[in-house]
Amino acid sequence: MAELAVSNLKMYYRTRQGHVRAVDDVSFVLASGRALGIVGESGCGKSSLGLTLLRLLPPNGEVVGGSIRLGGQELLTLDDETFRKSVRWTQIAMVFQGAMNALNPVLTVGSQIAEAILAHEPVSREEAVQRAKALLEMVGINPARYDHYPHEFSGGMKQRAVIAMALACNPQVIIADEPTTALDVMVQAQVLQAIAELREQLGLSMILVSHDLSVVAQTCDEVAVMYAGKIVEYGPVEEIFLRPKHPYTQGLVQAFPDIHAERAPIVSIPGTPPNLLDPPSGCRFHPRCPLADQQCRQVEPELVEKGRVGHRVACHQVSPHGEVAEVKFA
Amino acid sequence: MTTTGTDILLEARDLVKHFPLRRSLGQLVRKERPAVRAVDGVSFFVRRGEILGLVGESGCGKTTTGRLLLRLEEPTSGQILFDGQDITLLPPAAMTQLRRRMQIVFQDPYASMNPNLDVFSIVAEPLRIQGLAKSREEREARVARALADVELVPAEEFMHRYPKELSGGQRQRVAIARALVLDPDFVVADEPVSMLDVSIRGGILKILMRLVRERGLGLLFITHDLALARHFCDRVAVMYLGQIVEHASSDRLVRTPLHPYTQALMQAVLSTDPRRKRIYTGLKGEIPNPANPPSGCRLHPRCPLATDRCRAEAPPLAEHRPGHWAACHHVDRALAELARPPA
Repeated sequence: MAELAVSNLKMYYRTRQGHVRAVDDVSFVLASGRALGIVGESGCGKSSLGLTLLRLLPPNGEVVGGSIRLGGQELLTLDDETFRKSVRWTQIAMVFQGAMNALNPVLTVGSQIAEAILAHEPVSREEAVQRAKALLEMVGINPARYDHYPHEFSGGMKQRAVIAMALACNPQVIIADEPTTALDVMVQAQVLQAIAELREQLGLSMILVSHDLSVVAQTCDEVAVMYAGKIVEYGPVEEIFLRPKHPYTQGLVQAFPDIHAERAPIVSIPGTPPNLLDPPSGCRFHPRCPLADQQCRQVEPELVEKGRVGHRVACHQVSPHGEVAEVKFA
Repeated sequence: MTTTGTDILLEARDLVKHFPLRRSLGQLVRKERPAVRAVDGVSFFVRRGEILGLVGESGCGKTTTGRLLLRLEEPTSGQILFDGQDITLLPPAAMTQLRRRMQIVFQDPYASMNPNLDVFSIVAEPLRIQGLAKSREEREARVARALADVELVPAEEFMHRYPKELSGGQRQRVAIARALVLDPDFVVADEPVSMLDVSIRGGILKILMRLVRERGLGLLFITHDLALARHFCDRVAVMYLGQIVEHASSDRLVRTPLHPYTQALMQAVLSTDPRRKRIYTGLKGEIPNPANPPSGCRLHPRCPLATDRCRAEAPPLAEHRPGHWAACHHVDRALAELARPPA
C-alpha cells in the first residue's frame, strides 16, 4: 500500500475575470490505511482538491504548480492516457455527493458494477459478475440483489452500491466527497459503517471531504481545515476538534451544535468567505477574524507545527508553543 | 391534546392529508381508494413567542404538515385553529386576508424567488397582493423596515440588487424579509438553514429567534436536524410516517426521550466529539411505504420493543409526564432501555 503525498499543490480556474485560486498551495500526507478529513464550507476548494487528485477538472481548471505523489510516483507528469489506465479507479477512486443518482436506471445495479470491472481489467464476464457480487456483499447488500434495478434500492443502498462500484478495480485510495450529504441520519450511519468496514477489510486509505464536522469526527484520523483555497489547520482529529487553534476552526467547531450539549444559541462567524478571484491580503481570514491585527492584514501566515506534534496551524496569533486566545463567536 | 389559556396562537387537531394514488383495475373492482397517507392524525399547538420544532426523516410528512397549516394544501380532514378561529373551511378570499398574519419561509433560497425581480419587488410583492401600502413611499418604508429586521442594512443598498448578486445567506434573509413585511403573527420556516454553511446559519437563526422573543411571533420550525432543533426550539415534536410519536420541551426530549423512535434518532445523530467514536446504524429495516403503513403502531416492524399489542393496536399520543407526550405502549420499557449503556 502506498502513501499519497501532496505538496504545494496549486489549481486555478481560468475565468474571464481572472484566476480563481481554488486550491492554493496545499500540502498533506495521507499515510497508508489512514483517513484524512477535509472540512470547510462551500467554495473553500475542498471539492476542487478531490477533482484535482483524480484529474477530473473542467477544461478551465489548471494545475499551476506542486506535486502529487502516490507511493513515490509523481502523478502530475503522467500523460492522460497513462493516468486513465493506471491511476484513476485502479489506484485512486472517488465517490461523489449524490452519486446514487448517477446509476443508470435501465440497467441492473450488479451489471453496472460488472461493467466497471470489465472496462478496466482483462477478465471474463463470469469473473466480473462474481467480483461484483462479492463487492455488493462487502457493502452489506445481499448478492441476490445483483439483478435488481436502481429503483428497487433505497437511497442508502444505492449509495452503498456506488461505493462498491468505486472499489471495483481494487484502488488503494478512495476519495469520498460528501458521501452521506442528503441522506437521513440512520441511513447516513449505515453508509459510514459500510465505509469503515471496507477500509478495515481492504486497508484502504481515504480522503473524506465534508462540510459536516460530525461525520469527519467519527470517521477520520486526521483533519485538514480549508478556508479560501488554503489549509489553515491540520492535525490529528482529537487535536482539531478538542483543541482547535485557528480562529476559523474555533468558530466552525462552535457553530456546529452537539446534541448532548446544554441548550445554547447557535453561533455564527460574521461576514462571508472571500471571493477567490481576489482574496484578501495577508491571512485570508483576517476580514472575519476577531483577533486580526496589522501583521494579519499584511503577511500571509505559514502552516507550521505549533505546540503538540503534528498539529499545524497557519495563524500569526498562535504562539510557537501553540497558545492562542479563545475566540467566542456569538 | 387539550389547549387552555389564551397564549395558544395556532392549533392543529387531528390533521389528515391523503394524496390519492391512481387505482389499479383490481382496486377499482374492490372499490379501494389507495392513497399516500402523508399526514395521518397530527395534533399540536404553537404558542405566541414560542418556537415549536417539527422533526423527522425525509417523507415523514413534516413539510406537508407545514403547508396544511397555511392551507397551501387542503386537509383531507381535521381542524386548524388560528387565534381561536377555525380556519379549516374558510373561503379563499377570507384565507387570503388571513395570510397577512401567517407566512412561510422555504428551504431553497435559490428556488423560492423570481430571479428577474429585484429585492425591493420581491419583498414588496406580498404588499401588492394584499393591496396594502399603496403609495411608493409607503411601500419603500415597509420594505426598508423588513430588510432592517433581517439585518440587510443599509436597506437602500440591497433594495435594487437581484438575487444572483446575493449570497445564499443574504437570499435567505430576503426570503424572511418577504415573510415579515406583512407583520405576521405566525411563521412556518421549512428547513430555512439546511442549505446554508454552518458559519452563516447562526445569523439567520438569531434573526428568527429575536422576532419570536421580541415580537411574540409563533414559529413552526421544520427540520431534519435533531441537534439543531434541540438548541433552537423551545419544544420539539417528532414525526414518523405521518404521525407525531413524541412531543416535549427540547430539554426533556433529548434528556429523556420516551419513544423508541426518538431514542434511535438521538443515537444516530453523530457526535462532534471524536472521543465518543460510535456510529449507530439505527433501527432495522427501512421506513415503510406511507401508502401502506403497518398496522397498529407504525414503528412496530422496526422496533426492538414491539409486542403483539403493538402489532394490533395503535398507541395514542398520551401525556406521560407533564408536557411530555409519547405514542408508545411500552414507555416504561423504553425508559429502562435508556438507562442501559449503549451496545
